[in-house]
Amino acid sequence: MISITETTRLGFRALLRNKTRAFLTALGIIIGVAAVICMVAIGEGAKSRIQNMLEATGTNVLIVLSGSTSQGGMRGGFGSQPTLTWEDLRAIQNEAPSVRAAAPLSRMTTPVISETATWTTTVHGTTPEYFDIRDWKIATGVGLTQADEGGATRNAVIGKTVAEKLFGENVDPIGQAIRIRESPYIIVGMLEEKGQSGMGSDQDDAVFVPMTTFGARIQGGLGKFIRGQIYLSAISPQATDAVEQEVTRLLREKHRIPDGEEDDFSVRSIAEMAGALSATTTTLSTLLASIALVSLIVGGIGVMNIMLVSVTERTREIGIRLAVGAQPGDILAQFLVEALTLAAIGGIIGVALGVGAGKLLSAQFGWSLVVRPDIVVLALVVSGLVGVIFGLYPARKAARLDPIEALRYE
Amino acid sequence: MALIELRDISKIYVSGDTELAALRDVNLQIEAGEFVAVTGSSGSGKSTLMNIIGCLDQPTHGTYHLAGQAVAGLDRGQLATIRNHFIGFVFQSFNLLARTTALENVELPLIYARVPPAERRKRALEALDRVGLADRKSHTSSQLSGGQQQRVAIARALVTRPPLILADEPTGNLDTKTSESVMTLLSDLRKSGITVAFVTHETDIAAYAERLLVLRDGQIVRDERTPADKERS
Repeated sequence: MISITETTRLGFRALLRNKTRAFLTALGIIIGVAAVICMVAIGEGAKSRIQNMLEATGTNVLIVLSGSTSQGGMRGGFGSQPTLTWEDLRAIQNEAPSVRAAAPLSRMTTPVISETATWTTTVHGTTPEYFDIRDWKIATGVGLTQADEGGATRNAVIGKTVAEKLFGENVDPIGQAIRIRESPYIIVGMLEEKGQSGMGSDQDDAVFVPMTTFGARIQGGLGKFIRGQIYLSAISPQATDAVEQEVTRLLREKHRIPDGEEDDFSVRSIAEMAGALSATTTTLSTLLASIALVSLIVGGIGVMNIMLVSVTERTREIGIRLAVGAQPGDILAQFLVEALTLAAIGGIIGVALGVGAGKLLSAQFGWSLVVRPDIVVLALVVSGLVGVIFGLYPARKAARLDPIEALRYE
Repeated sequence: MALIELRDISKIYVSGDTELAALRDVNLQIEAGEFVAVTGSSGSGKSTLMNIIGCLDQPTHGTYHLAGQAVAGLDRGQLATIRNHFIGFVFQSFNLLARTTALENVELPLIYARVPPAERRKRALEALDRVGLADRKSHTSSQLSGGQQQRVAIARALVTRPPLILADEPTGNLDTKTSESVMTLLSDLRKSGITVAFVTHETDIAAYAERLLVLRDGQIVRDERTPADKERS
């Protein structure tokens, strides 16, 4: 075979003669490679966000949801029917040895009014243990106390986003008054910034008031049932399974559920939920990457197509080369290198485009994208392979031409 | 030893049930340094003969020795090597690469002979100089006249310094005056010791040769010395 530089030079020249055609053919590869890189980056970004959520929420946190409704064969989701009672909460706090702390959490989305602004946010009713479970510290002021809980005081703790929306940036909200559903509250503390949750919601867009106050003033009476969830923390991240078992046994006993019947509640650990989410994300990103890969293969077919056209167009040229003594291997190499060059150029531009699009998406939409270097290398290798595989057939066709036939070709 | 030695060469084309013999039991010897014209009506097998001598095609039967080497039974790669080292081709339709300069066209056989670029360039320039086109080296095929293109093709044929140059109707696409100059060039090559064989159907072109072969229905029916040969001797 003649030297690589010679063959590459020939390949480049042939491509440069048909710049538009070469570019359009490479475009198939460009889009394929860019799509692979972008899709994998999105998938990886989602995964890392779930990881962050897991770390932010705490690996030893569990949530107890009340049961599902079952009416005429239709089942509602967990939480659609309140089944958890205040009695259950006390039992969990006192009788489950692996539970370190437990707190109820009720939510209501409602407008909150300050002297200067109105902001619709989620008002939470909970007990002081909640902040301990979530490992969520007070930035300024003080937190809710057991005294607030006992006295059903109208003290509130707010997140940073709410503070900014109601009072503006860099204004100390401590001591300010707000109104929620016609009742005045005094802000006693502001929470540390927590950022986005794993599901993408702003965790700092929240107001917290004592559970007792929430029951009386916002929910319209505490009642027998907890309208919301119970947050638990295990004594250690390893104890989450034990907590799940203890709480399940305890609640089945309390709710007098006979053996063989389903629970009317559910206990979920954050780690478990994150695991399920991450499995979904993996499936989704595999799917996205597969679609992207298909487009890369379609790009490869485009390369093959144009190479076949090129071989036909250049039959006479091939005949001349064969006549003056080119080895069939030389002709094979010439066309193979041409296809490979096309695919490699497409691959390189595709990588640049994919990384660029990833950056743009994360900047524009706040998606977290993780561009993995190994995927970049893989995409380049695959596009090279696509060039070789789809270039091989046209190149072989060229190399096998009969010189006399080829010279006669018009 | 003859440069070209054909023994009982036949070329049979099969299409469907019918067999067509383009060449039938041809026996031919051409010595080194001969200047041979092959003529015959169309379909007489002269192009097939040239293709077999040129190692572009393989005979159905018979043996062919080129410079003592048996050619029959060689594979495509080996035939390509022989074409590259021993034979220079000149075609009726010039067959230069389009959009490629004269110099690069002449370099082409040297690329496949694995000659390094610097030497390649030097030898290609020498060959162009020999056909009187050194000043046209950067012109592409379309910028050259028919006669000039054929001279570039001759430069390409002789750049590998082959012992044999084959030309298939080299003047077929040229006017009388350019034909003369091309034939003069081929005669000059012959004088420098290269064996030249060409196909033509024009008697005045055939007259340049020293030996005339006439084919009819795939057989050599005449093989004679021409006046040009007598002039020489």
